[in-house]
Amino acid sequence: MKILVVDDEHDVKTLFEQRFRKEIKSGEIDFVFAYSGEEALSYLAIHKHEAVLILSDINMPGMSGLELLKQIKQKYHEPPPVVMMITAYGDAENYKTAKELGADDFLTKPVDFIALKEKLKITN
Amino acid sequence: MILQPVLAILILRFYRKCFKKEDIPRNWKNIYWGSTAFAILLFLLFMMIRESRTIVSWLGHIFLLALIYKGYNSPKLKNARSALNAFLPVTLIYFIIDIITAIDKSFYKTWENYFDVAGIFAFIWMIAMLIISNKQMKAIEKERLKTEEAERVNKITQELKAGLEIQVSERTAELTAQKEALEQTLSELKATQAQLIQSEKMASLGELTAGIAHEIQNPLNFVNNFSEINTELISEMKAALDAGNINEAITLAMDIDDNEKKIIYHGKRADAIVKGMLQHSRSSSGVKEPTNINALCDEYLRLAYHGLRAKDKSFNATMKTDFDNSIGNINIIPQDIGRVVLNLLTNAFYAVDEKKKNTKGSYEPTVSISTKRIPIPGKINGAKVEITVTDNGNGIPNEIKNKIFQPFFTTKPTGQGTGLGLSMSYDIITKGHGGQLKVESKGGEGSQFIIILNI
Repeated sequence: MKILVVDDEHDVKTLFEQRFRKEIKSGEIDFVFAYSGEEALSYLAIHKHEAVLILSDINMPGMSGLELLKQIKQKYHEPPPVVMMITAYGDAENYKTAKELGADDFLTKPVDFIALKEKLKITN
Repeated sequence: MILQPVLAILILRFYRKCFKKEDIPRNWKNIYWGSTAFAILLFLLFMMIRESRTIVSWLGHIFLLALIYKGYNSPKLKNARSALNAFLPVTLIYFIIDIITAIDKSFYKTWENYFDVAGIFAFIWMIAMLIISNKQMKAIEKERLKTEEAERVNKITQELKAGLEIQVSERTAELTAQKEALEQTLSELKATQAQLIQSEKMASLGELTAGIAHEIQNPLNFVNNFSEINTELISEMKAALDAGNINEAITLAMDIDDNEKKIIYHGKRADAIVKGMLQHSRSSSGVKEPTNINALCDEYLRLAYHGLRAKDKSFNATMKTDFDNSIGNINIIPQDIGRVVLNLLTNAFYAVDEKKKNTKGSYEPTVSISTKRIPIPGKINGAKVEITVTDNGNGIPNEIKNKIFQPFFTTKPTGQGTGLGLSMSYDIITKGHGGQLKVESKGGEGSQFIIILNI
């Protein structure tokens, strides 16, 4: 499973690689990282249909996670990538907007990796 | 002879004229009326009782001479002297005639014609002199009226002057009271301004708090996550050592080491944010210290952005940074410059957000901050540092460009801006650091605020 992680914090890459080191080693999950919404979109434009799951932060400078979600859901219909939103505040307003834009699931910061792994198993 | 009482009454009339109507002394009034009454009495006696004529005649002579003597003697009757000169010959001639007649009547008879001629001359003299005297008296009267008028005018002038002086002192008192009231108001305003500056500080702290919460949350997440991972890795390493798999244990140890570095890095990051927050809320120490201006700008850029995001979820903007790494540390009061940078950035974000709200087509709100070291030609170590905050908002109209640094000037709706942000910033840069704060703006295209510091 290919997962695109979008977050403006660079250390998120190290964190995911460490947290999922067993899954990466076994080839179960392949992670790709983008540090902004724009970067994520240009990756998706080049590597069509590759990302099955997109994990995106909502609060990012430039294009916000919500804008990215909107564009992904507009552009990529077949197969629609699963988009999971991560928000720092877990507030009702962002949740509602993301839901309306077609977000498939939600995570709140700090990310509970055990819960995330459970969710990924179900998605798989 | 009937003449003496008549002359006496005429002379008394002249005496009377020597005084002003209003202020005839009481004793003179008595003398005047007494003398007049006596003259009338003599006249009546002469007319009605034939037998008394001789005595009345002599009394008339003495009375008349006494009056004339009094007239020449009294300084108060000076003005009547020309009239007296008119009466004197007539009086004397008839007095002499009467004396001669009493002593030797035949002598008088012999010389009667001469005496008559002398009498006629004395009468002509009298009339001529009276005419002259009358003219003189009129002139004197005119002069007196003139003096009186001048005195009256003078008196009015004095009164007016006194009135004016009272008015002036009243106005002076009024002005003094006003001045004191204004001074009082000024000191109250100064106190209010100090309070407002404090509340402006608190308001920007409020803006910061949400940003800071977000900024601290991220490093804390990393600290927690990497710590948890390290716990796992350490137990894995123990297992590897137990199994005698040294190579794997070494690889794990290296991972643990890397993670430790991340933990330390993010721990320090959180620490710096907390310190920055404390620095901002604390009143300025006023002490310049070597500061990495790039780090400071970067920190406040993030804080400003997240602060606005926390308030308005729909807010979004692209941030660009262009830092000149050759600057190194410069001597500034970090919390003061931080406050200025935060204020400029908050304004820039506000400007692009306003434009975004009012623009229907494609518009990418962008705020950038850059630093630049500019060498001063001719000085080896001298240089300036420029910190530029640029936005692509609506810009500042020319007509308010010179007002934006004035205290309490704000374009924000009531209650949203204190109008002190830029004026405080201006003071910090110019007075606190001897630098310059400039603004360049094109209507509709955005604004650029430039801080210039000498280092």
